[in-house]
Amino acid sequence: MLEIKNLHASVDNKEILKGINLVVKPGEVHAIMGPNGAGKSTLASVVAGKDEFEVTKGEVLLEGQDLADDAPEERAHKGIFLSFQYPVEIPGVTVTNFMKTAINESRKARGQEDMPANEMLKMIKEKAELLEIDRKFLSRSLNEGFSGGEKKRNEIFQMAMLEPKVAILDETDSGLDIDALRIVAGGVNKLRSKDNAVVVITHYQRLLDYIVPDFVHVLYDGKIVKSGDASLALELEEKGYDWIKQEMAL
Amino acid sequence: MELKDKLVNAFMAFENQVDLDHPVHDVRSAAIKVFENRGFPNKKMEAWKYTSLKSLEKLDFSIFPKEAATLEYKDVKKYFLHEVDTYKIVFVDGVYSSFLSETTHQGIDVCLMSAALTKDMYKPIIEAYFNKVASKEENLTALNTAFSREGAYIRIPKNTQATKPIEIIHFATGREQALLLQPRNLVVVEENAEVQILERHQSLSENAVFTNAVTEIFAAKSAMVDFYKVQNDNSTASLVDNTYIDQHSQSVVTLHTFSFGGKMTRNNLNFYQNGEHIDSTMKGVTIIGDGQHVDHHTLVHHIQPNCESHQDYKGIYDGNSTGVFNGKIMVDRLAQKTNAFQQNNNLLISNKSSINTKPQLEIFADDVKCSHGCTIGQLDHDALFYLQSRGIGKKEAQALLMYAFANNVLESVRIPELKKRVNALIAEKLGVNLGFEL
Repeated sequence: MLEIKNLHASVDNKEILKGINLVVKPGEVHAIMGPNGAGKSTLASVVAGKDEFEVTKGEVLLEGQDLADDAPEERAHKGIFLSFQYPVEIPGVTVTNFMKTAINESRKARGQEDMPANEMLKMIKEKAELLEIDRKFLSRSLNEGFSGGEKKRNEIFQMAMLEPKVAILDETDSGLDIDALRIVAGGVNKLRSKDNAVVVITHYQRLLDYIVPDFVHVLYDGKIVKSGDASLALELEEKGYDWIKQEMAL
Repeated sequence: MELKDKLVNAFMAFENQVDLDHPVHDVRSAAIKVFENRGFPNKKMEAWKYTSLKSLEKLDFSIFPKEAATLEYKDVKKYFLHEVDTYKIVFVDGVYSSFLSETTHQGIDVCLMSAALTKDMYKPIIEAYFNKVASKEENLTALNTAFSREGAYIRIPKNTQATKPIEIIHFATGREQALLLQPRNLVVVEENAEVQILERHQSLSENAVFTNAVTEIFAAKSAMVDFYKVQNDNSTASLVDNTYIDQHSQSVVTLHTFSFGGKMTRNNLNFYQNGEHIDSTMKGVTIIGDGQHVDHHTLVHHIQPNCESHQDYKGIYDGNSTGVFNGKIMVDRLAQKTNAFQQNNNLLISNKSSINTKPQLEIFADDVKCSHGCTIGQLDHDALFYLQSRGIGKKEAQALLMYAFANNVLESVRIPELKKRVNALIAEKLGVNLGFEL
């Protein structure tokens, strides 16, 4: 579904990603872990198409199709979703109106008519319940004055609305208390299917107790240096990253 | 003939049309002398460094329209806040239109300056308030005073609340090749009285219009005045809008200026705090593009202690548009415990647009809180990426961010229909259909 081949990316001529290879198949959950500065968030941004980063080598394919020339919105239309570590506040635009705009823009790009208002409302209600989001919350300005937990829950709500093929969750667990973490992870699990895939970027094992990954990858200095199953995350939690450095002679 | 000479000569003709024995005429005569001495403001004056009237001075303006023009309501309905019931004072080419207006004398006076300046019953009010807070020296204010004859006259007596908003609309029909308009408004809001006023200038043709307006507002003790200026005129209309506000103890005056249209717009907004516990609020949204210029000059004079002033101006400049913000705050030695806040944020959307922004603080008291800030920037790239990553196209995402940028200025708009209208105007100015009503 998502295939990353020998991906190199730089910002201001400084190479951050130094040859990433990753294959994510439908129905799978992959976790990417690694120390600060390893390039985890950069990888997420590059896949989503942030133009601040320059892809110098390699490619990102979605269902076999190269995304190199696609703007972020075009990637979104094709089914890439990025849950932001720091969602942006948009005063004066409600969550509901923002979602309407986002969904109808995607539909327009696919040559579809706007979603009928009643259908939209039904969907919003359904997905809001999935994430235990209060109706009042939907008429608040997007992310403005939201707590850390509300912002993350709202990100997953957007994911639920947009129904992406590949969802990348960038440190969705940071700033969450245990109850919020359970709700957010529960939401992600309910959205999983055999037709979509999830890439979870995290520092900590605790999110992976709830969203159990099929594969765990360790990103270090712009490369995936080790891959394994869910037990690798537990090992990392216990031992930290130093043993990998030693093992890999890094 | 230069416009200045033409105006000075026209004053003699004007004198044949008004009552020379009325005390107001002495005020006019003094004012024309000031204008004759000073002429139009020019770029050598610090306050007019970035705004030029030169191209306007070259036009051959009609100073007195030859005949009254008429307008059908259906043709101009959209310029009214027609969704709600309002009082209306409407002028067509500077002449009062009784047909389009809805005035009143029931409990409050919503009527005409021409009546107030001639009828005996208004004499005490005119003597007490006319040309009292307005500058006697400023060039264009003096010019307006010299020719003051028509405009809106509003008086809200003690302990009275105007039950509906008052709309003042000045239409220009384009029957003249180039038209000079000089409306003169007087608003007297007495102790513990309340009023909401909305004013707009609207040209209906491509012929040039130059409006030099003066509004005097008097807010007595505990009075509340909510004033909205909608500046969305067409691209051949220019406006110098001089507003002078005299506030007394515990009064609250809020003034919003929405500048979207027009060729050249200059707002001279002057607040004088003549009492304690006064609140003065100025808010502005400016969104302009190619060929447009908007200049906001504000003054808040803190004369007495324990008063507040708040200024929040947002500007979005596209094309080769130019903007000016000059915010002067004066705090007298007596005005201890003043709390003065000023903010001016600007977005430059094109690399040909420019803004000159200057806070100007003169503080002579030692126990005050005065803060000011101005920013000039572009749209936040991270925010743009966030919206795009949700499938929103770049142009729409930019518009959404610009809307969000300007939005908080609208929060204090207390007429919901007006807020809706301004929202729609902003979306229209930003050139996108956002898919929902903002």
